[in-house]
Amino acid sequence: MKIKSSPSRKVFEVINYIFLSLVICVSLFPLIHIFALSLSSNSAAQAGWVTVYPVDFTLDSYKYILTKPEFFRSFGVSVLRVALGTVISVGLTILSAYAMSQPDERFHARKYYVWMFLITMVFSGGLIPLFIVVKSVGIYNSIWALILPSAVQTFNIILMLNFFRGLPYALTESALIDGANHFQIMAKIVVPISKPSLATVGLFTMVNHWNSWFDGMIYLSDTSKYPLQTYLRNVIQSVDMSSLDLTTASAMDQISQKTVTAAQIFVAIIPILLVYPLLQKYFITGMTLGSVKE
Amino acid sequence: MKRKMSLRTIMKREWPLHVMLLPAIILLLIFAYLPMVGIIIAFQDFVPSGGLKGFFTSQWVGLENFKYIFALKDFGQVMVNTLVIAVLKIIAGIIVPLILALLLNEVNNRHFKKATQTLIYIPYFLSWVVLGGILVDILSPTGGIVNSFLGLLGHEPVFFLGSPETIRGTLVASDVWKGCGYNMVIFLAALTGIDQSQYEAARVDGAGYVKQMLYITLPGILPQIVLVTVLGLGNILNAGFDQVFNLYSPIVYEKADIIDTFVYRVGMLNLQYSVSTAIGLFKSLISFVLIATSFKLAKKYANYQIF
Repeated sequence: MKIKSSPSRKVFEVINYIFLSLVICVSLFPLIHIFALSLSSNSAAQAGWVTVYPVDFTLDSYKYILTKPEFFRSFGVSVLRVALGTVISVGLTILSAYAMSQPDERFHARKYYVWMFLITMVFSGGLIPLFIVVKSVGIYNSIWALILPSAVQTFNIILMLNFFRGLPYALTESALIDGANHFQIMAKIVVPISKPSLATVGLFTMVNHWNSWFDGMIYLSDTSKYPLQTYLRNVIQSVDMSSLDLTTASAMDQISQKTVTAAQIFVAIIPILLVYPLLQKYFITGMTLGSVKE
Repeated sequence: MKRKMSLRTIMKREWPLHVMLLPAIILLLIFAYLPMVGIIIAFQDFVPSGGLKGFFTSQWVGLENFKYIFALKDFGQVMVNTLVIAVLKIIAGIIVPLILALLLNEVNNRHFKKATQTLIYIPYFLSWVVLGGILVDILSPTGGIVNSFLGLLGHEPVFFLGSPETIRGTLVASDVWKGCGYNMVIFLAALTGIDQSQYEAARVDGAGYVKQMLYITLPGILPQIVLVTVLGLGNILNAGFDQVFNLYSPIVYEKADIIDTFVYRVGMLNLQYSVSTAIGLFKSLISFVLIATSFKLAKKYANYQIF
């Protein structure tokens, strides 16, 4: 199958490997740098000596953030929102997708429901009207403000709906004739055989919840209730501001927290890196999931 | 076989399906449809303390809020910024992944290929808070690693995030950094889908690598390129709130402030709820037209159907 390569082709291949390796280095460099920074001493970090490996190796920044209650608290909030948010969102996805995946003759109102969902994909009230609603329905400044407004993920529902429709019709038809009801069919037949797809949807929901920060910023007034990303944003922004103006003493003080910030950023990355092998395995599945159509 | 069923029989059979949809529908009514009703405050003089009732009791002002926006001297600049940043991002976000995909497709070593794909889209899954924090650090003019490197080359420190000349470039480049893995995978999938016998036939006819690239590879993935471009056009007023919000600062507002960040500041910081909603509505209307057009184009040129 392989044909013999010409010398110019060989040169191209070598350059290609080198170039792509460089691209990988450039795209990973910032992550490695922040990790190295978090393990370096403050003085080395400020002097700009840290590149891709720790200088004056120390665990001080990690020790320091272990003593910070606000870091722990926000980490806990994030874990809680990921757990609650994913369970609720995936649950709603299964229920809604199952119902709307029924053929019209089994579910006469199907069309109207589908439209109700589709409309929300195109139109939205926007920032302020949603904010007013969240404030008025009594979930403002509670963890539910981070979960309920985004609990119905129409895109995921449509993905799963299409997946359910791709399942053999006979599978559910025979169960219906045998007298099983829809709840039984969903729980005993449809969900078990859809586990891989549901895992995909669940995983991406988890990542989204972990990465969300804006809702925490606008729906929570109490900084002690902030999820990790929102808390982290505050930490980073305070450093950011000081790097604009180096004249004040307090600004210098905050700059010296460079390694501590790096450590907190890295801790926020760890969960993503942990699920990353799964993420990338499901990545392609996720992209093709929606394309299963009748 | 087909009989008309009475409403009662239908309900008796189908009520579990309605029950299944009930929780999601309730949430949609509260968090999607109620805010849509709230859009009417764009035509009112809404007082922040008004709450939900304010949707219906606020004083109507007609198009006053819209007149106010168009008279704002910042608004034109914000529109320009949004369009420029979004267009640059769309272009760079296609060209860079496309080149990478083409080069990666030439790699024969499967492990290297796989490893490159895996590593290159790690940033895609990180939040802009995290990536912003990293960028603020490495791009800092004082002690940032990039400027230390530039210093070695004898270059003056560049304040990438803090000067109006460099902010747009920095936004576009960092957006490519985060997102290029995603489009690369799409293009790569299309590349592997090209019929290999075409290449063999071309080789037999004596076509070199460049000719194969021009006449087989590029036409082969053209639908994907068109698709990504067209869908990008529908997003042209979304220049990336999460990113800009985490990377901009007052010094660079003139070049980096986009519609969404403007909406945020007007609404959440200045508490001009009605004005903010009016800007949002204006943006939604244009976006809606653009999205509808782009879907039509996608269907026409790439035979792609969303629904």
